[in-house]
This record gives sequence, C-alpha cells and structure tokens, in this order.
Amino acid sequence: MSFISLLWVLLLGSLLGLELIGKVPPTLHTPLMSGANAISGITMLAALTLIVKAEGNVPLLIIGSVSLGFALFNVVGGFFVTDRMLAMFSRKPSNKK
Amino acid sequence: MNLPVIIKFVIDLLAVLLLALGIKGLSKVKSARDANRLAAFAMSLSVVGLLSYYLGTSGIAIQSWIWIIIGSTIGSLFGTILAKKVPMTSMPETVALFNGCGGMSSLLVALGVAIFPISNSVENLDFFKSLINEVSISVSIFVGAITFTGSIVAMAKLQGWLSTPGWTQSKVRHFVNIVFAVASLIAFFDLINGNTSSIWLLVIVSSLLGIGVTLPIGGADMPVVISLLNSYSGIAAAAAGFVVDSQLLIVAGAMVGAAGLILTQVMCKGMNRSLVSVLFGGSLSAQSTASSGSGEYTNITSCSVEECALTLEAANKVIIVPGYGLAVAQAQHTLREVTKKLEQNGIEVVYAIHPVAGRMPGHMNVLLAEADVPYEQLKEMDVVNPDFPATDVVLVLGANDVVNPQAKNDSSSPLYGMPVLDVQEARTVFVIKRGMSAGYSGIKNDLFDLPNTSMVFGDAKKVLNDLIGELKDLGVGEK
Repeated sequence: MSFISLLWVLLLGSLLGLELIGKVPPTLHTPLMSGANAISGITMLAALTLIVKAEGNVPLLIIGSVSLGFALFNVVGGFFVTDRMLAMFSRKPSNKK
Repeated sequence: MNLPVIIKFVIDLLAVLLLALGIKGLSKVKSARDANRLAAFAMSLSVVGLLSYYLGTSGIAIQSWIWIIIGSTIGSLFGTILAKKVPMTSMPETVALFNGCGGMSSLLVALGVAIFPISNSVENLDFFKSLINEVSISVSIFVGAITFTGSIVAMAKLQGWLSTPGWTQSKVRHFVNIVFAVASLIAFFDLINGNTSSIWLLVIVSSLLGIGVTLPIGGADMPVVISLLNSYSGIAAAAAGFVVDSQLLIVAGAMVGAAGLILTQVMCKGMNRSLVSVLFGGSLSAQSTASSGSGEYTNITSCSVEECALTLEAANKVIIVPGYGLAVAQAQHTLREVTKKLEQNGIEVVYAIHPVAGRMPGHMNVLLAEADVPYEQLKEMDVVNPDFPATDVVLVLGANDVVNPQAKNDSSSPLYGMPVLDVQEARTVFVIKRGMSAGYSGIKNDLFDLPNTSMVFGDAKKVLNDLIGELKDLGVGEK
C-alpha cells in the first residue's frame, strides 16, 4: 500500500467519522464516547502484528504482549461498559408497569 | 494477489463497514445496544482476519502464540472485571482509564518498532519510505504518550486523588508547557534525522506535556478533556496504522478521531465554553470569582422538608431537575422512590435533562435509567422549557449553573448565552443543596434570590429520604 493511498484512507476515514456522528441525541453521548473509545483500541491489531513479526526477539515479544494487553483492556472493558449503560435504556419499556 | 491477501482484504472491508454501521447505530436509542455488539463483532472479525492472513502467509510461531495468549488474556480479564464492577457514577473516570490504555498501546507499538525494526521496514531502504516510517512512529509516540498521561491525570482528578496545584493556575504553566512542547518538537526532528536515542526524550517530554496540559483543568471541564483525549487515542491508532501499514487501523482510528472531535464540540457548546478556554483558561472558578457575579444573596428563603412535601402533595405537575450533586450523592434511586410515590398519587412527573447535566453529556440519562426511570419521562431542555409556566413545583437537585437565569438576563455574566432551564417560570421552585456555595462556574445564582424559590439545605440523598418519610405521613402514594 503506497503512502499516498494510505493518506486517502486517512482522509476518507475522518470524513466518514464526521458524517456518522453528526446528529446524536445528548442521551447517547456518554455511551457513544465509551463505544468509540472501545473502537480506538483497534491498535490491538498493530500489537498483534508486532508479536507475529517479532521472530523470536523476546524483548519485542514482551513489548507487543504488554501493548496487546493494554489494547484489549480498552476494547473488552469499553464494549462491556457501553453495553451495561445501554442495557439500562433498553430494559425500560418492559419494566414500566 | 494470492488467496490469504484476498481473504484479509474482504474481511477488513467487512470490518470497516460493520464498524461504521456500529457507530451510526450508536446514535439512536433503539439500535444502540445492537450497534455496540456489532462494533464488538467487527473488532473480533478484524483479529480473525489478521491472524488468518499471517497463518496463510508467513505462519505464526508457537512463541508468538504464547505471548498473544498471555497479553490478551490478562488485558481482557482486567477489562471485563473493571467494566462489570465499576459504579455507574464513576463512568467518566472509567472511560478516561480505558482511553489512556489505548494510547499506551499505540505508544508501545511505535516504541517496539523503533527499537527493533520489524522485517518489512528494514527491507525498504528507500529514503522516502523510511522517512514516512520515522514520522509515523514519532506521531504515534507523541500522541500516544499525551493520551496516556493526560487520561490518567484526568482519571485521578475525577476520582479526587489529585487536586489542582496552585502554580498550575498561574502563568507559569504556559511557560512550562511551551518548554515541553518545544522539547518534543526537537526530539521529533532529531528522531526523523535518524538519531534513535532521542526516542526516549520524546517519550518523556510528551508524557510530561500530557500531564502539564491536563493538570490545570478544573473538574467541571474534565469531560471535555476526556472526549478530546478520546479523539487523540483515535489519532494515535491511525498513526500506529501507518507504522504497521494497516488500512483498517487508519480508517478506524480516523473515524474515532473525527467522532471524538465532534463530541468535544457538542460538549463545549452545552457548557457555553470554547475549546480554547477549556484547554488554556485554567479552572473556571479561579477566574470568575474575581470578576463578576460574586455578589451577596439578599433574599434567601429556606424551608423544611415537611413544607416541601406538603407543596408536592398539592401539585399536579412536577418537574425534576437533576444535576451533578445528585450524581455525587448517588441519590438517583432514592429520587426514583420519591417520584414513584408522587405518580401513584396521580401527579405528573417529568425529568428535565440539561445537555450537560451530570458529569458528562448523557451521563444523567444513564444514571436515571439505572434507577428505573422510564425513558419517556426524560425530557430534553428544548422540549421541557415551554412547560415550566404550567408547572406547579420544580425540584432542583444538585444542579446550579444550568438553572441560573443570569444566562438569559445579565449580559455581563460569564454564563450569558449558555442555554439554561427556565425553572423560575414555575409556581414554586425547591432547590435541594448542601449549602450556599456556588456552582462550578463560581457564579452567584440569581434563582436562589427569587421569591418563588425556597432552599432545602442538606445532602440530596438525606433530604430525599426525609421526603419519602414525610410523604408517607401525608398518605401520598398509599392505596
């Protein structure tokens, strides 16, 4: 992948992000922030790449593993906590009476 | 193109699509929960895509598997435990912590690649290519470090572990931060010039910069900062994407980065603050106490819980205005009991939610939802404002600046122009508050001086408990 096409990817990704978040009710700002935060843990893919390409270099393996741990802490925790918040909205109607 | 490349391409494309749909779905109440799961599914799909690609091409060594399993098990385990255990009221600091760890991850990846260049970057001795590599590593380290230390400081301040040191409110902090910023810039260019040892300088000064920028910011502005740092962690992920040549990482990172910026903007608007003044203005209370609005109260009416209960019993329509104080006192469940009693008596109860009520936009909705308040009873500011003149009683619980009429009437007030709830239009307003201290803007609230406002002093939870007792004595809510 050439650098220029990666820049295009960056640009289009940013525009997509701006467009997607356009109109969100304030109710959902906290869950959205938390969910988007979980997605930013996508660096786990970079950490995985690092580990796979380490080729037996132990310090690099350790760095990759720690990095993967931090990323997954972000991803797994982020999605669970978002789900917990959203569960509170969705169970409302059934509980009403 | 061989098969593994095609498979990975298809999976990545699918993952991006699902992530975009996930973020989109998160913006509607109905679809939000499914959308969150969809995004989680897309993330796991992307991992499968990456692993199968390496299995199909270079293969994955046993040793790599071991470290993958160790890292992912520990990270997921702690993440799950924290996510399940943390109380809903500490949501802002939890998001800050998760976010900081995401930044740390990007930082470590870049650091790893910088110290031990991975195979594909060594092969490319092309000057342009290696320059791009250096730049993306530096950006990833810089943004990752700021995200990490900034988020950790934000979390510590919200938890009350860290206070705002005095010197950070003086002009000295700008000087200190400029020194850090310049030092990072020097390290940045030194690194690009091929001096790898300056990487540690970059790590240290950008970490210090993250601390230096976040530390002076007051607790009330912290959600804005967290949202901004959330955006940074997206940028850090995108930069890490350049480091390891992954389009998926770049797209996802850019989406989160852009989304975080929009959300930050929305939060600033709701608080009537500009992003610049949040970042460089220091704590708001420090500025404004000296300037305007620090006048004395002249006409405070204080009343007992009993009077409050009597007035509530006679009401037809009650609007509750919950705020930060309610969240701090964790009184949302007690509040729900009070409103249940009122509803059983045929009184119409509605909750007026200011866009920045609670500790983050939307945080109050989450807290009330946790206490089983029906979603339809939560009304947004623009919807509820015309209702106040026809309302008998307004209960203000731990909210202050968002009900200050100064924002509409007094053009010299720092609050002027901020959207507020027009509670003073109601027949009677009860303000439940611990004392006469100002809200986080540090500005006098004219509402408290109005003849139709009565203050009920006490901790929100205790007052509400007493209120339940009084209502019981009056026979409200008994069949």
